[in-house]
Amino acid sequence: MDDLRRTPLHDLHASLGAKMVPFAGWDMPVQYPMGVLNEHLHTRAAAGLFDVSHMGQVILRGEGAAKALETLVPADIEGLARGRQRYGLFTNESGGILDDLMIANKGDHLFLVVNAACADQDIEHLRKLEAMGISVEAVTDRALLALQGPGAEAALDALVPGAAAMRFMDVADLEWNGIVLWVSRSGYTGEDGFEISLPADRAEDFARALLARDGVAPIGLGARDSLRLEAGLPLYGHDMSAEVTPAQAGLGWSIQKIRRTGGAREGGFPGAEVILPELGAATRARRGLRPDGRAPIREGVALFDAAEGGTEIGTVTSGGFGPSLGGPMAMAIIPADIPDDATVYAELRGRRVPVTVVPTPFVKPTYKR
Amino acid sequence: MLKYTEDHEWLRAEGDEIVVGITRHASEQLGDVVFVELPDEGREVEEGEEIVVIESVKAASDIVAPVSGTVTAVNAALADAPGGVNDDPMAAWFFRIKPADGVSLDGFMDEAAYNELIG
Repeated sequence: MDDLRRTPLHDLHASLGAKMVPFAGWDMPVQYPMGVLNEHLHTRAAAGLFDVSHMGQVILRGEGAAKALETLVPADIEGLARGRQRYGLFTNESGGILDDLMIANKGDHLFLVVNAACADQDIEHLRKLEAMGISVEAVTDRALLALQGPGAEAALDALVPGAAAMRFMDVADLEWNGIVLWVSRSGYTGEDGFEISLPADRAEDFARALLARDGVAPIGLGARDSLRLEAGLPLYGHDMSAEVTPAQAGLGWSIQKIRRTGGAREGGFPGAEVILPELGAATRARRGLRPDGRAPIREGVALFDAAEGGTEIGTVTSGGFGPSLGGPMAMAIIPADIPDDATVYAELRGRRVPVTVVPTPFVKPTYKR
Repeated sequence: MLKYTEDHEWLRAEGDEIVVGITRHASEQLGDVVFVELPDEGREVEEGEEIVVIESVKAASDIVAPVSGTVTAVNAALADAPGGVNDDPMAAWFFRIKPADGVSLDGFMDEAAYNELIG
């Protein structure tokens, strides 16, 4: 355990009674005494505070940083207004996904948040932009918190006036007790909420101030996973990978029209010749699944097109129990021509279990647009 | 008197049957239980056979038959309300089994030995 990295909130987690697990090289809280199920429900009913300091924070500076980043990411970044954030992907030459990320236009720089497991690789990848005069700075002295749920706005605004005025995907620098918070109105739970980057040495003070507000409880990675799955949000390394294209992952929407075939800044990113023709024409796509009955089907479970025999059509990429949904749910990449409401079969403990193909999200998001 | 297995089951002898559940330690390790699949009543099982599936929010696990014998009853209420395993694991029995070789719990751990096992 000694080689696991610790976030600035490690002591806080211990004092809150968290159960810690290794995650992407970090020692992270998987749950607190409340338990995964109640932490999930609490987040949807009130507000949950998540430590996401393991995620990579990166600053890009230099003339033309947006244009330069478009050589690695197929999103419209030049068109991203100051004070706004957008979801994007790093792609590879064969059209697969290297990671997903958030990109914020902070005026004189771009601020990126990438997955913990991919952070080192992403930063190496971004260093290709240095040849274009762009500086790539890994931010290692700041924590990252997520405050999610219907009570998030009131809790944050009480500490940091101005938070409530932000709308979904806005970013702003807000002050709290002499420090600058880099706030975005976003998250990965399907709830309204915020992500807050702040100096590591003040992170515990700030987290404790939030936890002192009515309705704010600490939430671990276990509930984070069931929340994002209910919201139909794909997770890197599970629902997408270097072998899965944006269209297959259901992430074609993250490639704006201007970067698509016929757009003013068409292509110009790794794998464009594979990725662009496949948009709207993918033969396989990420879909939602609702198993009949209560038994969850988890990652790796094989799916078939018949109750006996038949053909294997894919495997579950994420699956579990949805506490708000009140039943099991899963996602898988399966043939795109299988219609919604069709029945497919999951091979579970040697038996074929009927599973209904459904649209995602499983639970409707409540973003403040 | 309750006895315990290395698979974190509790066992209680009642007449010619053994009642089987899982310990509080096991339920805490599992996390919130969301699904329980019970064996059919009347099923003949071998010692060590996986006869119950428990799914928590985290993962799937099994309960094995502590002895060879016949499953005489199952706690069907658990299938509808699996959270009972977390709420009161000592009350949330899974099944009753009639051992093929008669009821004897001599080979199983007592509470002190079990507590030592889980540290």
